[in-house]
Amino acid sequence: MVATTAQAPPTTPGIRAGSRNRRPRVVLERVSWPTTIILLLCAVTVLLPLYVTIAMAFKTSSQSVDGNAFSLPSPISVQGFIDAWQLTDAGVGFGVSVLVTAGTVALTIFLAAFASYAIIRNWDNRLFKGAFFYLLGAMFIPFPVVALPQIQLTGRFGLDNPLGVILLASMFQLSFSVLLFSAFLRSIPIELEESARIDGATTWQTFWKLIFPLLAPMSATVGIFAFLYAWNDFMMPSLIISDPAMQTLPVRQNLFQSQFSSNYNIAFASYLMAMAPAIIAYLLAQRWVMEGVTQGAVKG
Amino acid sequence: MTATTARPTARSARKVEPIYYAFLLPALILFTLAITVPGIIGIFFSFTDSIGIGEWQFSGFTNYIAAFSDPAIASSFLFTFGFALVTVVVVNVCALLLAVGLVARIRFKTGLRAIFVIPMVVSGIIIAYVFQFLFQNSVPALGSLLGIEALQTSMLASEDLAWIAIVIVTAWQAIPSALLIYIAGLLSIPGDVYEAAAIDGASGRQQLLRITLPLVAGYVLINVILGFKGFLNAYDVIVGLTNGGPGTATRSIAMTIISGFNSGDYAYQMATATMFFVVAVVIAVLQLVVTRGRNSV
Repeated sequence: MVATTAQAPPTTPGIRAGSRNRRPRVVLERVSWPTTIILLLCAVTVLLPLYVTIAMAFKTSSQSVDGNAFSLPSPISVQGFIDAWQLTDAGVGFGVSVLVTAGTVALTIFLAAFASYAIIRNWDNRLFKGAFFYLLGAMFIPFPVVALPQIQLTGRFGLDNPLGVILLASMFQLSFSVLLFSAFLRSIPIELEESARIDGATTWQTFWKLIFPLLAPMSATVGIFAFLYAWNDFMMPSLIISDPAMQTLPVRQNLFQSQFSSNYNIAFASYLMAMAPAIIAYLLAQRWVMEGVTQGAVKG
Repeated sequence: MTATTARPTARSARKVEPIYYAFLLPALILFTLAITVPGIIGIFFSFTDSIGIGEWQFSGFTNYIAAFSDPAIASSFLFTFGFALVTVVVVNVCALLLAVGLVARIRFKTGLRAIFVIPMVVSGIIIAYVFQFLFQNSVPALGSLLGIEALQTSMLASEDLAWIAIVIVTAWQAIPSALLIYIAGLLSIPGDVYEAAAIDGASGRQQLLRITLPLVAGYVLINVILGFKGFLNAYDVIVGLTNGGPGTATRSIAMTIISGFNSGDYAYQMATATMFFVVAVVIAVLQLVVTRGRNSV
């Protein structure tokens, strides 16, 4: 929504300058170089830790041991990646992280979309209206508050594994997602559905074939939030998954911290492998992420 | 987006179609089992002497009374609130200034914006490990290079300074989402407001303080509340940077509660959790009251 306005090509103001447009702030001012330079310097503070991670990861063990974070790797070595992959059993870690993330994204989108649709179409019914506020209530409950009983219960019912994390993570995403879906569903005109129903569509068909596809932009937003949470979270998997061999990538960095010791190249190669998928996904889907987060944050 | 427009008034009198229950119940049941039931169990056991397994007896408010006079719990509440307060200020000042810069006439606008959002997609504990390395090796090295004595020992090892490192890393990660909200807010201000101000001779700084700030005040409020709520749950970044140390100087509420899992203080820490819950509810109610005008809940 809003983000797109700002992403107009930089040439636009120049063209508009001649045509007496109503945005004189843009027209009158030239490119502000001081601001640009300050922002570039700030961007360095964002990129520096990432540069250090990449530089350290490609060093040899003997070069990385001096602890100089900013030197370039010479020679470039991928040994750190090979060692890290074997040491942390990163293959399994990737598998678990992908499973947990995909599961959380899917479960969150489906449960929230179905529930929101039922709630909005039966808003006059007290049960459905009550369910809305009941589900919203979880925004009041931070994970640490219920963590101890959840650890116990998941242990008792055989859910002290990635499945348990999928279930719990989705539930913590649910209230926010229901809020987003409901707001969006309210804006879809009812006439659209009524014409489908006149043509004989059942409620299931109406939702699945007509409404759910319309929800796609919101599903993307909900999915992005669920993805970022599930892929990056440390606290919940570290507490819920009892078998260290089945841990997600972020938790593995914690588990192997002492074994990395001063083999910094192995440590950073391991960090980089865990961070890269989310960063790459972001760079590919930048605009969606920014718009989604803006929308989600302003509405939520 | 008002609630009334899309309401199915035509069918309001009818009975609810059964399939809607099938749509709603999975979410409702799983939610109840995963969050409500553990919540109730937790509150229940906070009034007992349970150690997590085995027999237990009711102990009334013993846990709460003990928790109130426990310096470890008091210090973790104090630390967490102080940390959240400082971080919220740092994050919002930085994010607002960056947002003002990013909507101005600058070069590389799209690229800069893309870079500033990156920290949001990085795992908290992993970036904390990266910063831990920097704080332990690079900052002291820089300190001795420049001859600044205060920087020559790792700030993570200092009881007085470690929290600053936690604020820095948390802020590094939290600025993007606040930034995106501020950019949205700033772009919603119509350009002719500034035009009028410029004609009246307002300087750039006056425009920032007298026009921009009042007009994004609502967004500031959202960011402050969302941020504060999030920072109170601080866990991942602290585990990565200091693991609560040195000593217990940077132990957050979440870490204190979780410690009950291994230490046998199950019921005791559930009392801590319940108190924390009350605080979270107060903040959430505040959030609903404040944002009510903005949403169509």
